[in-house]
Amino acid sequence: MRVTVKDGEVRDVELRIFEPPRYFEAFLVGRHYAEVPDIVARICGICPVAYQMSAVHALEQAFGILVPGPIRDLRRLLYCAEWIESHALHVYMLHAPDFLGYDGAIDMAKDHRDAVTRGLRLKRAGNRLLALLGGRSVHPVSVKVGGFSRVPTRHELQGLTDELLWARDAAIETVQWVAGFEKPAFRQDYTFAALAPEDEYPFNEGPIRSSRGLHIEACDFEHHFTESQVPYSTALHSTLNGASYLVGPAARLHLNASRLSPLAKHAWEETSLGLPVFNPFNTIVARSVEILFALEEALRVIQAYEMPRSPSVSVTPRAGVGMACTEAPRGMLYHRYAVDEQGTIREAKIIPPTSQNQRRIEDDLRAFVPQVLNLSTKEAALACERVIRCYDPCISCATHFLRLEVCEATT
Amino acid sequence: MTKRAGMETIRVIGVGNAWRGDDAVGLQAACRLRERLGPSVEVIEAEGDGLALLNLMEGIDHVILIDAAKGGGRPGTTVRLDLSMESRWGTVVPCSTHAIGVADAIDLARALGRLPKRIILYGIEIESVESGASLSEPVREGIDAVVEQVHQEVERSRCMNCI
Repeated sequence: MRVTVKDGEVRDVELRIFEPPRYFEAFLVGRHYAEVPDIVARICGICPVAYQMSAVHALEQAFGILVPGPIRDLRRLLYCAEWIESHALHVYMLHAPDFLGYDGAIDMAKDHRDAVTRGLRLKRAGNRLLALLGGRSVHPVSVKVGGFSRVPTRHELQGLTDELLWARDAAIETVQWVAGFEKPAFRQDYTFAALAPEDEYPFNEGPIRSSRGLHIEACDFEHHFTESQVPYSTALHSTLNGASYLVGPAARLHLNASRLSPLAKHAWEETSLGLPVFNPFNTIVARSVEILFALEEALRVIQAYEMPRSPSVSVTPRAGVGMACTEAPRGMLYHRYAVDEQGTIREAKIIPPTSQNQRRIEDDLRAFVPQVLNLSTKEAALACERVIRCYDPCISCATHFLRLEVCEATT
Repeated sequence: MTKRAGMETIRVIGVGNAWRGDDAVGLQAACRLRERLGPSVEVIEAEGDGLALLNLMEGIDHVILIDAAKGGGRPGTTVRLDLSMESRWGTVVPCSTHAIGVADAIDLARALGRLPKRIILYGIEIESVESGASLSEPVREGIDAVVEQVHQEVERSRCMNCI
């Protein structure tokens, strides 16, 4: 991260993220459509489901397929598993230590053993659900265009009910726990963007809405959201009408609060934080509310589940272009595929949530850095890291990932 | 794996990322060991975040981990660390391209008092973790050595059980 200062005032902030090259988009070209779900699952070890869901929905759009009832519900259930796992990892292992004054979860575990143990068991509940649905817990192998290669029985799913009920209570405790953390005073005026269907909290479907009135379908994504290269980083930046915007739990909550499940809605209201979430340090609360939502939704789907006669609908490829957005734990994930009549991928475009949030992170840092310019470089870097971590970007995986460079402007 | 009375449970876990060049080394070693050791020893290939290791180690007496390592040595060099005896990482640190790595997971398990009774790490010094690359030649040779060492380790452990 490079900060340019002139006469004690911040002139510019550049965050240089060196993402691995966009190897996967090129790699997908020339592959058969049926290979895509397994390939894209490898892009991220934390959110393989998101990549699979955006891929299958985009390809189904290209082929003109609609996936019905129980299969659709199972896809929501699969996403619940990923949100529980990914959010619990971030809230407990990566983010909570920032508020409680620890370097990381390992130090925190010594003084907060019960909380860390609760977080690990919550994460494991998501992991078990994912393992049941996906075959393997890390890179699910059963997702395919048209549905699943196999679906669980009612009995198999109900075997997880007791653990999920425990996890639901733990999630309520989680919301109360993180709402009680002391947050730094910081406020930014965000443009939120998320899927926002009429009748449910979003996972796989719905129009894209923003807090400034945007209302579009995923097929129009690239007409409104622009991705561009910046000279100082290999990561691409996204903008909406030329400005930064925010995706992820705080955006989803803002645009879908009325569609939360009962306990999640109650837990959110109890925190008295209110909407909009304009302090990034409160996103940990929004994220925890979503853990609770995902558990209630998982229990609802399991309760209502009737095993479908077939695990998938039949698929006939046709030439065309398909686009889809789904809600990865970190925010909207957009995929577009151009396919030929044999079902071979001719073009692939993937816009992950971290690159969508990147401009927004820079804007936050530009406003935040003046507060920390009087600190040592090490302390200032730690403070900036805490701002970045609020976004749960892929780079937050490293405990210490930020190298701060302050330079004096020459003009 | 069923546990017979007086018999210690043993599990071999290869860690890595199949799509990041030499980082796949632990997975490939595990794959080879599955054939070599047969069905009586559970061998697991673990991709993704290190925290899953905590679940994979739960309730197991003797865990053998195999992972890519960066210690500045020649690629393909292997190292054996007894993590049940040694709580400092020294010069060899497991190398992760993702999330919370193996070293963090081990330290966390230790802090929570959840480390298996006996845990041995085999590290293979690696060269490149470039996306989509295959294993480099010296690292392939490292796998041969580790497969041999882990086989012997498992045999020793079984003998101890028989006494």
